[in-house]
Amino acid sequence: MANNNSSSAASAAPKASFWRDPDKRAIIYQVAVVAVLAWFVYAIINNTATNMEQRGLASGFGFLSTSAGFGIISTPFVEYSEESSYFTVFLVGLVNTIIMAFIGCVLALILGFIVGIARLSSNWLVKKIATFYIELFRNVPLLLQILFWYSAVLKPLPGPRELHEAGEKVFFSINNRGLIFAEPVGQPGFENVWYAFFAAIIVTWVIKKWAAIRQMKTGQQFPVFLTGLVLIIGAPLVTYLVMGRPLNFEPAEMSRFSLRGGVTVIPEFVALLLALVVYTASFIAEIVRAGIQAVSHGQTEAASALGIKPTHRMRLVVVPQAMRVIVPPLTSQFLNLTKNSSLATAIAYPDLFSVFAGTTLNQTGQAVEIMAMTLAVYLTLSLLTSGFMNWYNSRIKLVER
Amino acid sequence: MQFIKTIAVSAALAATAGFAHADETLDAVKEKGFVQCGVSQGLPGFSNPDDQGNWTGLDVDFCRAMAAAVFNDADAVKFTPLSAKVRFTALTSGEIDVLSRNTTWTMSRDSDFGEFVGVNYYDGQGFMVPKSLGVSSAMELDGAAVCTNTGTTTELNVADFFRANKMNYTVVAFEKADEVVAAYDAGRCDVYTTDRSGLAAQRTKLSAPDDHVVLPEIISKEPLGPLVRHGDNQWGDIARWTLNCMINAEEMGVTSANAADMASSANPGIKRLMGTEGDLGGKIGLGNDFCANIIASVGNYGESYDRNVGPDTPLKLDRGVNALWSQGGILYAAPQR
Amino acid sequence: MAMDNSTGYSGVVNSGDLPDKPAPIKTDGVGPWIRDNLFNGAFNSILTISSLLLVLYTLPSALNWLIFNAVWTGGSDACRANPDGACWTFVTSRWEQFLYGFYEKSERWRIDILLVILAVGIAWLAWERTPGKKLMAFFMLVIYPIFAFFMMYGNEAMGLPIVETPQWGGFTLTLVIALSGIVASLPIGIVLALGRRSEMRIISLLCTIFIEFWRGIPLVAVLFMATIMFPLFLPAGVTFDQLLRAVIGVALFASAYMAEVVRGGLQAIPKGQYEGAMALGLPFWKMMRLIILPQALKIVIPGIVNTFIGLFKDTTLVLIIALFDLLGIVQASIADPNWSIKSVPYTGYAFVAIVFWICCYSMALYSRYIEDKLHTGHKR
Repeated sequence: MANNNSSSAASAAPKASFWRDPDKRAIIYQVAVVAVLAWFVYAIINNTATNMEQRGLASGFGFLSTSAGFGIISTPFVEYSEESSYFTVFLVGLVNTIIMAFIGCVLALILGFIVGIARLSSNWLVKKIATFYIELFRNVPLLLQILFWYSAVLKPLPGPRELHEAGEKVFFSINNRGLIFAEPVGQPGFENVWYAFFAAIIVTWVIKKWAAIRQMKTGQQFPVFLTGLVLIIGAPLVTYLVMGRPLNFEPAEMSRFSLRGGVTVIPEFVALLLALVVYTASFIAEIVRAGIQAVSHGQTEAASALGIKPTHRMRLVVVPQAMRVIVPPLTSQFLNLTKNSSLATAIAYPDLFSVFAGTTLNQTGQAVEIMAMTLAVYLTLSLLTSGFMNWYNSRIKLVER
Repeated sequence: MQFIKTIAVSAALAATAGFAHADETLDAVKEKGFVQCGVSQGLPGFSNPDDQGNWTGLDVDFCRAMAAAVFNDADAVKFTPLSAKVRFTALTSGEIDVLSRNTTWTMSRDSDFGEFVGVNYYDGQGFMVPKSLGVSSAMELDGAAVCTNTGTTTELNVADFFRANKMNYTVVAFEKADEVVAAYDAGRCDVYTTDRSGLAAQRTKLSAPDDHVVLPEIISKEPLGPLVRHGDNQWGDIARWTLNCMINAEEMGVTSANAADMASSANPGIKRLMGTEGDLGGKIGLGNDFCANIIASVGNYGESYDRNVGPDTPLKLDRGVNALWSQGGILYAAPQR
Repeated sequence: MAMDNSTGYSGVVNSGDLPDKPAPIKTDGVGPWIRDNLFNGAFNSILTISSLLLVLYTLPSALNWLIFNAVWTGGSDACRANPDGACWTFVTSRWEQFLYGFYEKSERWRIDILLVILAVGIAWLAWERTPGKKLMAFFMLVIYPIFAFFMMYGNEAMGLPIVETPQWGGFTLTLVIALSGIVASLPIGIVLALGRRSEMRIISLLCTIFIEFWRGIPLVAVLFMATIMFPLFLPAGVTFDQLLRAVIGVALFASAYMAEVVRGGLQAIPKGQYEGAMALGLPFWKMMRLIILPQALKIVIPGIVNTFIGLFKDTTLVLIIALFDLLGIVQASIADPNWSIKSVPYTGYAFVAIVFWICCYSMALYSRYIEDKLHTGHKR
């Protein structure tokens, strides 16, 4: 960045000349950089505008309200038909991306933790298998793994016609059209189950606070986790039974070709999820291993000396300290997973990149608007994820006195 | 050295650089010495690279014909494989000179992206199903899962077809044709839909091609043709008359084999075609013998058809509507006079 | 611990012999090793047995498919006859295409020469006891890429016929993209890292925005922008080679990651080093060039290698924008009607996986080796 100024500085007079004053020099550098950047941005915008005009490309966001005209294979939580607008397509893609990213991150974290701990196991065989897993999946391109899982999921499964006869009512089925199960439909009174569920969560939270205060005062512990688990599962269940089981399961019905109705988890979703989880977990496992190893052995010894049981030793002493090392790189793995979900475009999973930056872009040709929206979504998701992880990190951070 | 030159020019990224004047495609092509032609990433019969990277196909022959028209050298052409998604951008940005990539001529494309110069294959969208399904008509496909290409007219047509007939369907749309075939072959869908020529081409890639049947319905008109950038009428004319020349040659019975003899024909129509009479070539900035050169090095339309997609090729496509108008088809080129 | 036991403490004095202790448990030999490492405790025993079952279930069928039951000779008919094993003849009959792509047959010696120089250069740099490392690094990072470009693309004046970039492909293309990406991203990454740590607010802010922008978007999006948006950004009439566009996209993407790696190294340099250099009166760039960067870059070699591994794997994404890298060309070959056999796609993918695995794993081993050497802290 403008390092040619150092030569002119060398030949300057001995007194503090203009060029020798770091503050003034800094201002000049920055003004120069901003000027160059502004010119650059202006040139790009200008070129783009000229080019679009010359090629007769449409601009503006008006296209978002036109009807899309094509079908999408899976549109959870969003009402979609061929008559829906391109903006609905955007929403469908967004929801599919978020679902994939969220479930993927949770599963990758769980699998990564298990493998990371297995990697440090005293059991030789388990340790070797964990190492093999990590080294195998870390070093093979993700795209290849996605293609592999897609055919590995698809090829061995039978077709629906081999499993079911036309007209058959099906409550659960796995075939090469996906995982299909009966759709739960809430009857009047079912909303109470939701209320019970949320109430249980609030009560658990209150108990947790109360238990913490009590422990501070008296030193006595309270089994918060167990109580919470019983409450959150039990309360809705009891409500459900008391209300007279207000939930119907509507089975899928076999038509001439495939199952109709029910809830379908498409194989593309399963394949992409498997690939993302298996790939990312191999990185998380290494992060977990490094984190645990980073906790000084003295901590474990001190915990033993205090008479803390081995299981508690891990949970109360080692893991909380390891988390400080684990969280920052874990954040970037979550971000990677989210971004990598865009590889859905290689198989037919309808994520944002595939249906919006792919199909919609192709049908409308409005590259600038569509790419801008897509990038904005990914950047926002990145910001949100790292924001959340930063918040969590600051909570578990060592409070130095 | 175009590579280096582009780096140098773009490094400057001059905001003030003037737009190359619209009528200069021919000059630019002559200067660089070859025609840059956009083709598909691999569609047997239309544009497909072999083991050695040599391109063959009906669309490829059109590119070669243009090279023969301009340079009298059918090899003075370079191919850019393009996905369906980037094909129009490549044309409008000037990356390619002509797009010959089994592209359907529609009104919005003609107005938005470029100028279609004619039709080199009349196609229509069809359906292929496994024989074991026992389906004999597309009207029986209610509730079927359909595999197709994303970002094509195909995807929209199939939606229209099922909606119009009040039938249910699920669509599984892939980026690349090979992926569609692989998924269909794996049983992901009951139906594979694309242009019927595409069905014939992709069928060869199935593990058991004979276990599948193409249904009789044609649900759309798909006139496939080459297109050039808007605003350069001369280059558009060259492309248009390259195509017409090939069709007219077939109609008049001029082939690559007899082209040399036909040059001395007494028939005034053939004389004009071969450039021994009149100055038709000069009107579009080419030599008078441009059409003769095309026929000599690439052949007429019928030869190209038989060589690439005809009954003796793996695609086994009959001429059907693509026969000459005089033989029951709808291929009808404007006369060269 | 500090008990005062000089005073009479009769309780600890034994009057008689202690009972004999049992002999220590045998700790060497196969049996004890198995006991200590596989069956120490009920939980571990269950784990061992279930893992053993997993291995016994997967390993033999995997080996059978890959080696013992695979087709090694013959043509496509041999594979059609044997659907339950890998079809390696598919790879052997096409390996040239997988390596060189559609590169002109008569010109392939040019790639061979480049590959040999590359191998020698990397070995030279990676092996510890070779002399002239600095010179070699300069050669590999500056001269070699230029030389490689002229060799690959050709130059009429040098008597090398031009080979257009659409003809480049296969593993060569994978290397071209990954190597040019990393070579270009190193200097950009250093500048960005310095910029981000700069005390000039605006420059630091701009660098941060740049880095976070590229780190926040997927590489597919970058490649897409390179193919679709790039032509719009340029003045009308100026076109870019498609491969070059992809490489620029990859390089910008990688430089954001590289910047963060370098920044880590810069942060690890003790402040005393900066202060010492400033006390000597060194101007900023001299201080960086002579004192800080040599130390910082040495620390981050593992990080650079890891970034490169990531980049190397990510080059497979270019198949989405219709460039034929190794995976792309294998995928295209799979679609060949002559080879439409069930085992062929799996064989093709397995081949690509093995190639990538060997490359990435050896790089990872090297990076770990360097890390261990640099890591002088106490390890458990």
